[in-house]
Amino acid sequence: MITEHQVAIDIGGVPILLRTENAEFRELLAARYTGFVGRSCHPSFTLDVELVPPTPEMASDEDVQVGFSNGQWQLRRGDFQAQWDPLAKTGWVRQTPNPYSIDSVLRILHSLVLAKEGGFLLHAAGAIRNGSAFLFSGVSGAGKTTIASLAPSDVMLLTDEISYIRKTGEDYMACGTPFAGELARVGENCSARIKTVYLLAQGPQNKIQPVPVSEAARCLLRNILFFAEDRDLVELVFRSACEFVEKVPVRRLTFMPDEGVWDLIR
Amino acid sequence: MGFDSMSEKYISRSTAIAARMLGGELMVMSSTDSTFFTLNEVATAIWQAADGRTPLSEIVSRVVCEEFEVEPSVAHSDAEQFVAELSQHGILMVSDHPNTDPSVQEPA
Repeated sequence: MITEHQVAIDIGGVPILLRTENAEFRELLAARYTGFVGRSCHPSFTLDVELVPPTPEMASDEDVQVGFSNGQWQLRRGDFQAQWDPLAKTGWVRQTPNPYSIDSVLRILHSLVLAKEGGFLLHAAGAIRNGSAFLFSGVSGAGKTTIASLAPSDVMLLTDEISYIRKTGEDYMACGTPFAGELARVGENCSARIKTVYLLAQGPQNKIQPVPVSEAARCLLRNILFFAEDRDLVELVFRSACEFVEKVPVRRLTFMPDEGVWDLIR
Repeated sequence: MGFDSMSEKYISRSTAIAARMLGGELMVMSSTDSTFFTLNEVATAIWQAADGRTPLSEIVSRVVCEEFEVEPSVAHSDAEQFVAELSQHGILMVSDHPNTDPSVQEPA
């Protein structure tokens, strides 16, 4: 396979080099991941992306399947197949020429990388204010996009959909991601120490309430993106979520919604 | 569902789980199907005593009835229900005979 066109997508400080023989697809990726295109000389790993014509099977609604066998991660969904060798730091993706399949592959690979390091991807909007990161977690419809769209001008938006959480020593950092939700806007490629995680709820007034640590862990586990049917990884993610809620305050944020809610976020 | 001395049960903790005490509650997750449970104090006490060798009836009498001052009939009924639910998800293993394996798990 000729892979003369390449672009490194650097999310959370983990650059992944994507190689393709299709110049147009390379440009599509560079445009989609604007702000996250990094230097391609020292990637964490490399993926060769093979573009194939659509088939009826690839249009199916098959759920994503992720498994580990013979030292390789195997990823499969209706619209793509992929394989990644974490030791060789190489892999491949076979998909039709669309930006959504590779986006899913990147989310899955990052979730696997993070799990080994005590981090995770969380269904949460994220933002930096006064040098600290705040996350707003909830299922679809909870208000992630709404709270992101209400952010005042001194707030730097990391994402309105998927937060990238890395463990760095005893701290947890939130990193910006290009994984956009309804705002269809990539986040800023920067990071900050997480000060608080808010579990979103909509109600008649803006208020913050404490959340017992066990409930915080339960809610977090519901919102962590996790794809692999792998016993060791399930345990790692469980442990990561428990350690996280023991170190990072988790609160319930009920909001109306109006811009005043951001007066509570300090 | 009550206690039946003719069909004694022996319970042991599955190895395919992850468990952790958080805020005074025991969180248990199955690593096979990712089912998640939060155990209250009584359930935690049963869980911790589940060594595969001690009959469930003895665990209930010794741990639940004495430590938590629960009526025996209620305690046995609740314990049966708890064990049935957790065993459905492979979190507790139930046997009708004690585990004689020398490497059997100690109480947690």
